[in-house]
Amino acid sequence: MSGNLTLILVAGVLVAAGVYLMTERSLSRILMGVLVLGNGVNVLFLVAAGPAGRAPIIGLTAPAAMTDPMPQALVLTAIVIGLAAAAFVMAMAFRSFQLNNHDEVPDDIEDARIRALAEQEGASVSFEEIRFSDTGEDVVSE
Amino acid sequence: MSLLALPVLLPIFGAVVSLVLGQRPVLQRLNSVIIVTAMIAVAGMLVALTDRAGLQVLWFGAWPVPLGINLVVDRLSALMLLISAVVELAVLVYSFGQDIDERRRETPLVIFFPAFLILTAGVSYAFTAGDLFNLFVGFEVLLFSSYVLLTMGGTGERIRAGSSYVVVNLLTSSLFLVALAMIYAATGTVNLALLAERLPALPPSLGGSIQFLLLAVFGTKAAVFPLSAWLPDSYPTAPGPVTAVFAGLLTKVGVYSIIRTQTLLFPHRPLHELLLVLALLTMVVGIMGAIAQSEIKRMLSFTLVSHIGYMIMGVGLATGDSLAATVYYTAHHILVQTALFLVVGLIARLGGSTLIDQVSGLAVVSPTLGALYLVPAMNLSGIPPLSGFLGKVGLLQASAEVGGGLAWLLLGGAVLTSLLTLYAMAKVWNRVFWGCPADAETCSLIAGQDKPGSRIPQPMVWATLGLLAVSLLLTFAAGWLYDYAGRAAAELYSSSYVDRVLDGVIR
Repeated sequence: MSGNLTLILVAGVLVAAGVYLMTERSLSRILMGVLVLGNGVNVLFLVAAGPAGRAPIIGLTAPAAMTDPMPQALVLTAIVIGLAAAAFVMAMAFRSFQLNNHDEVPDDIEDARIRALAEQEGASVSFEEIRFSDTGEDVVSE
Repeated sequence: MSLLALPVLLPIFGAVVSLVLGQRPVLQRLNSVIIVTAMIAVAGMLVALTDRAGLQVLWFGAWPVPLGINLVVDRLSALMLLISAVVELAVLVYSFGQDIDERRRETPLVIFFPAFLILTAGVSYAFTAGDLFNLFVGFEVLLFSSYVLLTMGGTGERIRAGSSYVVVNLLTSSLFLVALAMIYAATGTVNLALLAERLPALPPSLGGSIQFLLLAVFGTKAAVFPLSAWLPDSYPTAPGPVTAVFAGLLTKVGVYSIIRTQTLLFPHRPLHELLLVLALLTMVVGIMGAIAQSEIKRMLSFTLVSHIGYMIMGVGLATGDSLAATVYYTAHHILVQTALFLVVGLIARLGGSTLIDQVSGLAVVSPTLGALYLVPAMNLSGIPPLSGFLGKVGLLQASAEVGGGLAWLLLGGAVLTSLLTLYAMAKVWNRVFWGCPADAETCSLIAGQDKPGSRIPQPMVWATLGLLAVSLLLTFAAGWLYDYAGRAAAELYSSSYVDRVLDGVIR
């Protein structure tokens, strides 16, 4: 099978741009990334369909002149799913904007807490501080 | 109508009814319970049917056979369907126990039940899909409902956790599509049975890149190290019942897909070394993460990642015995991990927090809860005679039989992980259940008293107890189940999938 070089290049550029945008922190840029990446991937299916042909309708086109209809069915499904994804990311961006007045994804607090603990004392608080319940005496006394 | 479509159709139908009944909470609950109970019955019949008559195929539409969409249920899929339906029922019943208040905040009825049922449909679809594209669709169905469930209520914390979860999964789904485009361009089909025939004929470089792409996709979904960082970041913030069902089911769909593709599509390229190294890293790095945590839900999320390593280990060893142990271990892990998350929900309710520094003396407040925690915790750590022990012994035995430096190293890693799991579980036990309750002056004052507000709603206790009973059943019925898992593994390595699906087709 020989692919269409233009389509392959377009797909490559779109996917690269999409992935770059998705690495951003702002949800609206991520939304753009999702859209661009989705389109790039869909173009790949056109490459997978092989050489272009006439509309695959029985009785209208001779089977030899038809384009492969299967990837188009797959792309249609992918487009619908992409639409839902875009809608959901948009809703999240809006909700984030409502809550924080910006749409940037913040750091995980719990994660930062554990990291801070590790930097402070080299062990988590739960490691020490064990007392006998009856005497109140420290098992691990400093 | 064939039985095969029911595990997918029932919950979709249920979700629609549930949306219509949006203003009638009682009917909505009744509807969900009936649907999921029916799914258990159907899945049970499928287990019996596939065990007796072998693999079942259903072709949709009137297309000539290899062209249309098909559903396939073999022993592995049937078992997964049954276990997941049981877990879903337990989580549903558990969610009934929430107060009006808590429910409004955590699981608003109008959204919760339809989203939950669609999630169920997605999981069933992924387990039964007969071609890779419909596996992708199944994944998307379950992922989209999981996005909704994870960000339910839209609080700041959930939107943060949801953002990273959604972005990771959207990227993985795109990667899945790239893999599908590549597979279609290379072979002209996405049907699993046809692919099983055509993929081995591809040049190794092309077949290899397809295999690695699929592994990266399913590895991310299954949270295999180094693609697991998203999981402990997002799961703990979701509402209690939601985390429980995610932890039990979603990663296992990834594991199922890895088993399916490795045994059906790439039996000629088992990638022993890579999978075994990944399994070892997943186990050890995951459990190290669990030890460092001081919040129970996060700690459990890390043990979840770590125990995925055991399943990957079985796939990597790629013998009939190791795969049988993997199937058994997966069934065990779905039940036990879900039960533990349900128990954490109860701890949060009674203790008011899931930080192990803030809760103590729960065994005094509620001995029942102590027992409910201890049994699955010991089960997860692999204490005999519970099912976790049986699954691990099976895996270790298979590893020793394979032999070689890497297999023995992995065996050591698996034992170490099991021990460290016990350490993490015991830490929670010591800190949260022993000692004095935080608000009591002396322990003797509180003992035996029934504090107001310390009662756990009945449905929650019954759901957790029920799930525990089923996980204990894995111990009592271990002989039968292990044989079944053995037959499932043998089926995976035989050519019966291709033969039955493409029965009588000129290829």
